[in-house]
Amino acid sequence: MPVMNIIQAVNDALRIEMRRDQRVVVLGEDVGKFGGVFRATSGLFEEFGPDRVIDTPLAEAGIIGSAVGMALYGLRPVPEIQFADFIYPAYDQIVNELAKFRYRSGGQYPAPVVIRTPYGGGIRGGHYHSQSPEAYFVHTPGLKVVIPSNPYDAKGLLLSAMRGEDPVIFMEPKRVYRAARGEVPEGDYTVPLGQAKIVREGKGITVLAYGAMLHTVIEAAAKAAEAGIDAEVIDLRTLLPLDLETVLTSVRKTGRVCIVHEAPRTCGYGAELAALIAEKALTSLEAPIERVAGFDTPFPYTLENEYLPSPERVMASMRRAVEFQ
Amino acid sequence: MTTPSSQQRLRDMMLVRRFEERCAELYGAGKIRGFLHLYIGEEAVAAGLLPALGPADTVVATYREHGHALLRGVPARAVMAEMFGRVSGCSRGRGGSMHLFDAERRMYGGWAIVAGHLPVAVGLALADRTLGRPQVTACFFGDGAVAEGAFHEAMNLAALWQLPVLFVCENNLYAMGTALERYQAQPDLVLRARGYGVDAASVDGMDVEVVAAAARDAVERVRAGKPFLLECRTYRFRAHSMFDAELYRGSDEVARWKQRDPIALLAGRLRTRGQLDDAALAALEQDVAREVEDAVSFADASALEPIEELTRHVMAEVAP
Ligand SMILES: Cc1ncc(C[n+]2csc(CCOP(=O)(O)OP(=O)(O)O)c2C)c(N)n1
Ligand SMILES: [Mg+2]
Repeated sequence: MPVMNIIQAVNDALRIEMRRDQRVVVLGEDVGKFGGVFRATSGLFEEFGPDRVIDTPLAEAGIIGSAVGMALYGLRPVPEIQFADFIYPAYDQIVNELAKFRYRSGGQYPAPVVIRTPYGGGIRGGHYHSQSPEAYFVHTPGLKVVIPSNPYDAKGLLLSAMRGEDPVIFMEPKRVYRAARGEVPEGDYTVPLGQAKIVREGKGITVLAYGAMLHTVIEAAAKAAEAGIDAEVIDLRTLLPLDLETVLTSVRKTGRVCIVHEAPRTCGYGAELAALIAEKALTSLEAPIERVAGFDTPFPYTLENEYLPSPERVMASMRRAVEFQ
Repeated sequence: MTTPSSQQRLRDMMLVRRFEERCAELYGAGKIRGFLHLYIGEEAVAAGLLPALGPADTVVATYREHGHALLRGVPARAVMAEMFGRVSGCSRGRGGSMHLFDAERRMYGGWAIVAGHLPVAVGLALADRTLGRPQVTACFFGDGAVAEGAFHEAMNLAALWQLPVLFVCENNLYAMGTALERYQAQPDLVLRARGYGVDAASVDGMDVEVVAAAARDAVERVRAGKPFLLECRTYRFRAHSMFDAELYRGSDEVARWKQRDPIALLAGRLRTRGQLDDAALAALEQDVAREVEDAVSFADASALEPIEELTRHVMAEVAP
């Protein structure tokens, strides 16, 4: 099986789907001739031409609006927003138009657009090349939100997203774009949306994460094991729809929970997870739910390693939960 | 003998060039990290324009703004320290290369969201007018910004309300890897402004004397209470940022533009006029190098922001 990084896996998924389905169209800033700033669309322009791989001006609202229009007429647009930090000029198009189209047309007009966007910190990008805005989109009914952590899932989830009937915000963890490598099957396969994955089984504590943070958590879990803490690590993969069953089954087994994300803590996705667990599994809990998150500040420049959850912070949080009497 | 202003302009451009060449080296050495967008090749725009402003006027610029900060008078030490992310930097090391602020010199950034600053520049000018202040807001932006919706809202507002904003378009023919004619339905950007009722002119942005003359004229018009857009046709010699294979343009094109290097252009002209000789040029080079090296030592010796400060300045600091 070929070994790929996440960028190659995304590229592979796009190519497979564009070959299979003539309706798929890629558009965005520098996605064509340039191949994308992270090279995720590299080679697509050469293979599929300018009608299916469209270089756009700097115009995020225009990119998403055009994608919505194309989707309404039955195409399958896959726009790229170069960094998640630049998605805000298109926020209105996403939240007011894309997400609500099916609903406000009484089901007549679905708009299956898949918006790909690299997110997250850890590359010294400072305020505007580091943000994790997933919670804004999870809070918007009508959208699905998908965040892979590794190449296998990136390819399989993206293929599923492009074959679905609903709009998807597909956020790619740029910090591990190249660092996360793994075996990826050649050709077609899908990873269904709405299924979490247990990446490490354990009995002592449930640790929930997604995207780049999954790697931090795995490192923390390995350290924790040396300290006698038996962590069960779950990669959520899809934030909406959430695989609540897998989460609750694990929590009922371990009785302790630690949630990790790099977005700011307040009203981050962890808040929703904590609320759901408290609603559905309160009696199984043996300790307060722990959250390890970014701080409630804009994304910092020099202090990003302090801002981002580290294996040490995750480990300390797990210990607090496990030692709670 | 050279006239002081021409020699000063030459020095200005040399300072920016030298400063950024050092930044590129320091990036390679890991002292400067993250994103770094060099202005090399475009120096004549900032050097021609900024001296036309007074100390009470305001400057708003993009992420390619090291030259604007330096020539606005932000000390090289404070700019370099910001590049290093040190507390002695002009934004306390908070932002780095793309976020240069300095209240004393009315430098309002450093904006890394393309076109995000244009409506805000309109607001600054609206406030000036509301407060009865005869000031000019100079707002620099790239050709790419002209495609964003924010540009068009800003143009209309500035014209509708007749606000004292000088829009300076640094047209270097590319937005990252996309050439102007591949993303603009109307590549003549001056027509864009005129379409909104904003007077506009286009000048050779490689010739600092041409920019300076146009800037004087434009600032005068704006100070009289009307928006103006000055397009400076220029070219970036380096990659968009530090990583970029430059597959989108030919090396012959780059070479052709380098023939019009703004520093060489002015130096050559001053020589022909008998206003500059080898010794004077060498002295300028040394002087500029000294200033830059001093800035590097200062930055390197400065401290990083301590972790305790991470949550400072999110909100106003009020006594509980
Ligand atoms: C809203 C937004 N979209 C995309 C980007 C990514 N980006 C940064 S610079 C740039 C190109 C800008 O070109 P131009 O305005 O011509 O300025 P130049 O870099 O040529 O000086 C792009 C696409 C961004 N920073 N902000
Ligand atoms: Mg440009």
